[in-house]
Amino acid sequence: MRKLLEGSHAVAEAVRLCRPQVVAAYPITPQTHIIERLAQQVADGELAAEFISAESEFGAASLVLGAVAAGAQAFTATASQGLLLMTEVLYNIAGMRLPVVMVCANRALGAPINIFCDHQDSMALRDAGWIQIYVESNQEAVDSLIQAYRLAETCELPVMICMDGFLLTHTFEPVTLPTQSAVDEYLPAFRFSRTLDPARPMTLGGGSEADNYQEYRVAQQEAMENAETVIEAFDAEFSEQFGRSYGGLLQGYRLDGAQTVLLGLGSLMGTVRDVVDTLRDEGEAVGALRLRCFRPFPAQSLVQSLSTAQRIIVLEKAFSVGAGGMVAAEVRAALQQAGIMTPVESVIGGLGGRDLTADVIQAIFQGTTTEPFRVGRFAPDPVEEGGVGHG
Amino acid sequence: MDKRDAFRHNVLTSGHRACSGCGEAMAARMVTDLIGPDAIYINATGCLQVFTTHNQQTAWQAPWIHSVFANAAAVAAGVEAAMRARGKEMPVVVQAGDGGTFDIGLQCLSGMIERGHDVLFVCYDNEAYMNTGVQRSSSTPHGVRTTTSPPGRLSQGKHHLKKDVISIIAAHHLPYAATATIAYFPDLKAKVEKALGIKGPRFLHVLSPCPLGWAHDSALSVTVSRLAVETGLFPLLELEHGDLTGVMRLAEQKPVQEYLRLQGRFKHLFNTKQGMEEVRHLQALADAHIRHYGLLEADTEWDTRRAMHSARHGRGGYAQVTVSAPREVKNGG
Ligand SMILES: Cc1ncc(C[n+]2csc(CCOP(=O)(O)OP(=O)(O)O)c2C)c(N)n1
Ligand code: SF4
Repeated sequence: MRKLLEGSHAVAEAVRLCRPQVVAAYPITPQTHIIERLAQQVADGELAAEFISAESEFGAASLVLGAVAAGAQAFTATASQGLLLMTEVLYNIAGMRLPVVMVCANRALGAPINIFCDHQDSMALRDAGWIQIYVESNQEAVDSLIQAYRLAETCELPVMICMDGFLLTHTFEPVTLPTQSAVDEYLPAFRFSRTLDPARPMTLGGGSEADNYQEYRVAQQEAMENAETVIEAFDAEFSEQFGRSYGGLLQGYRLDGAQTVLLGLGSLMGTVRDVVDTLRDEGEAVGALRLRCFRPFPAQSLVQSLSTAQRIIVLEKAFSVGAGGMVAAEVRAALQQAGIMTPVESVIGGLGGRDLTADVIQAIFQGTTTEPFRVGRFAPDPVEEGGVGHG
Repeated sequence: MDKRDAFRHNVLTSGHRACSGCGEAMAARMVTDLIGPDAIYINATGCLQVFTTHNQQTAWQAPWIHSVFANAAAVAAGVEAAMRARGKEMPVVVQAGDGGTFDIGLQCLSGMIERGHDVLFVCYDNEAYMNTGVQRSSSTPHGVRTTTSPPGRLSQGKHHLKKDVISIIAAHHLPYAATATIAYFPDLKAKVEKALGIKGPRFLHVLSPCPLGWAHDSALSVTVSRLAVETGLFPLLELEHGDLTGVMRLAEQKPVQEYLRLQGRFKHLFNTKQGMEEVRHLQALADAHIRHYGLLEADTEWDTRRAMHSARHGRGGYAQVTVSAPREVKNGG
C-alpha cells in the first residue's frame, strides 16, 4: 500500500510489521517521532510489544541487550548525544554478537549543541562492530529495516540503520508499506542461538584474556566480511519479492565512462544525481556512487566501481578532527591496496544541517568553492599535486 | 535427585577465584542457592563477575549474563520484558557490588524500580571498589582507608558519609527492600524467600565483608559482619512500599570499637586525636541508626542472639515490629 508518510512514521510502521517483542528508547530530536508512533501503536493494540521508556539511552541500549539475550526480538532508536551515551553498551552488544536492530536518526554532535543532520554521530561508532546502512530515502529506510532483522540474525551482528535526521525523519514522502503477510513470510520467527534459558544454562559476557580475546575480534571481522555477501544476496532476494533494490553495498549512477565520480552517503545523493545529470548534459563525464553500507566497508566492490575513474570526490558529513574525512581515508586505502593511485579529494560539508545544494556540489566539481571545506594538504588542483591521492 | 541434579544443585559452584574468606562469595553462594538454577542472573562488573568467569571458564550453573559495570538493572529489565513478552515466568536476579549499585549503577537501578520491573536486585556491599584494588565508593564509611581515600598528614581517610542507599531505594515505594548480611543466614534466607514471593522490583542489600579491602583476618568475615549489625552500624531492616516493616533487634549494643579494631582499614584512626574524633563520629552514627530504627526497643522476638540459632517462622517469618514510619522518625534524626 502506497501512503504519504513522514519518514519517522514510515519507519515506525516498518518496525511494527517486523513484530518486535520489546521496544526500549529514550527521546531525542530527531528520533522522537519514531518512538512516539511506536508508543501509540502499542497503546492502540496495533503492536504487541513491551514498550519501555528507559531512563537514558544507556539504559535503552542495555534493555534491548537484555531482551535479545533473553530471546526476544527488540528495537531501539536514537541520535547524536544519545548514540554517544549508548557507546559502551553498543560495543558490548556487538562483542556478544547479539542480533539487535536500531535506527540512528543522524544528527550533529555538541558542542555547540545542534539538532540538525550530519553523520558525526554514527561515524563515531563506526568501529563498534555494528553493520551500518546509510539510507537515501524513506522507502529505503522501511525496506532496509525489514531486511535488517534477517541480516542481524543471519550474521549474528547488530545492525544500525542510519537515516538523515529531519531530511528523512521529518520529510513526507510516498512510501509503499509491504503487507503484514509479506513481511511475515520474509521474516522467520526470531531465533538466537545463545538465549538465556535455565534448560541450557550459558554464561554470556564472561572474562577473556590474551590467549583468546583476539580470536573473538577476528570472528567479528570474519562475520562482517561474510555480511557483505549476505547484504548483497538479501538485496537481490528482497528485490525479487518486493520489487525494490538499493544495490546492496553500493549504488552507482551513470558510472559508464565516468571520469569523475562523486561519492557520498545518505539523502545527499539525490541532489548529487541531479548534479550528475546537469554536468552530463554539459558534456562532462561524471557519475555518482552511493556508499550504502559503510560497515562492513565494501572495499572490493568499491574498487571495482572506481577502477576506471580519474578523479574521485568524496563528500562527507563528518570527519575526524585533526585527521580528515574517514570515508575518504578508507576509499584511498582500498584503492591503494588494489594498486590504484587515483587522487581522492576529501570534501567535508553539510555539518550541523547546512545545506549541500546542487550549486554547491557543482562548484565542488569545478573546484570553485572553499565551502564546504577540505581537510588535509590539498592543492586546489589535485592533479598538480602529482596525483598520488594523498591529503 | 539424580547425579545431574546434584551437579546443578549449587548455582555458584566451587573452583572460582575469590580470595579466601570472601564475604561476597559467601553471600552470593547463599543467595543464589536459595533462588536456584531456574532463574536468570545478571551481573554487574566487579569482583563477583571476575572471580566467577575467569578467562572462558564459568562457575555458574544457571543462565548468567554480564554486560558492563553500570547497566545490570537495565539489562535485567530487558530480560524481564522479554520473559513477559514470551509468556515465561522465572526469577530475574541482578547481582552487583556497591559500586554497581550506589554509584555508577544507581540511575539504571532507579529506572528499573520506577518502571516496576519484576526484578530482584541484590547488592553485595563490601564498601569499596574491590575489583580494581580497593578504591573508595559512596558506600565506604567515613574514616576508612582506601587507595583513593588514603590517610595522610591532612586526612583521616574517607571524608564523606556512607550513602544511605536503602532510604533512596525505599523512596521509590517498591514492594520490598531489605538489608541482610552473611552472619545471619536464617535471616538472609527469610528475606530472599520473602522477596521471591513478591512480584515487582525488590532490593536486597547484603553487607559482605572483604578480607582484602577491609584488612581483617580472612577467618573473621562472619564475625566482622555480625559486629557491623551488633554495633548498629549496619541495621537489618525490611521495608515494604517504602515503609519500615521490620528490624532485627539488638540483643545488646556493642561499641563500634569492637568492630573497627578487627579491621586494618580503620587502624590509622586510633593513632591520632583527629582519628579518634572519626571513631566518635562512627559511634554517633551507630547510635543514630539505633535511635532512628528503634533497634534496641523494637517489639520483636527476633534479635541478634536468636537469629544466630533459630530459623525465622512463617512465610518470610519476620516478626512484625511497631516502629514509627521512617519519614516521621527522620524528622528527629
Ligand atoms: C565504566 C567502567 N568504569 C570503571 C570500570 C572499572 N571497574 C571494574 S569493577 C570496578 C569496581 C567494582 O566495585 P563494586 O561494584 O563495589 O564491586 P566489587 O568489586 O567491590 O565487588 C571498577 C571501578 C569498569 N569496568 N567500567
Ligand atoms: S577482593 Fe574482596 S570482594 Fe574481591 S574476591 Fe577478594 S575478598 Fe572477595
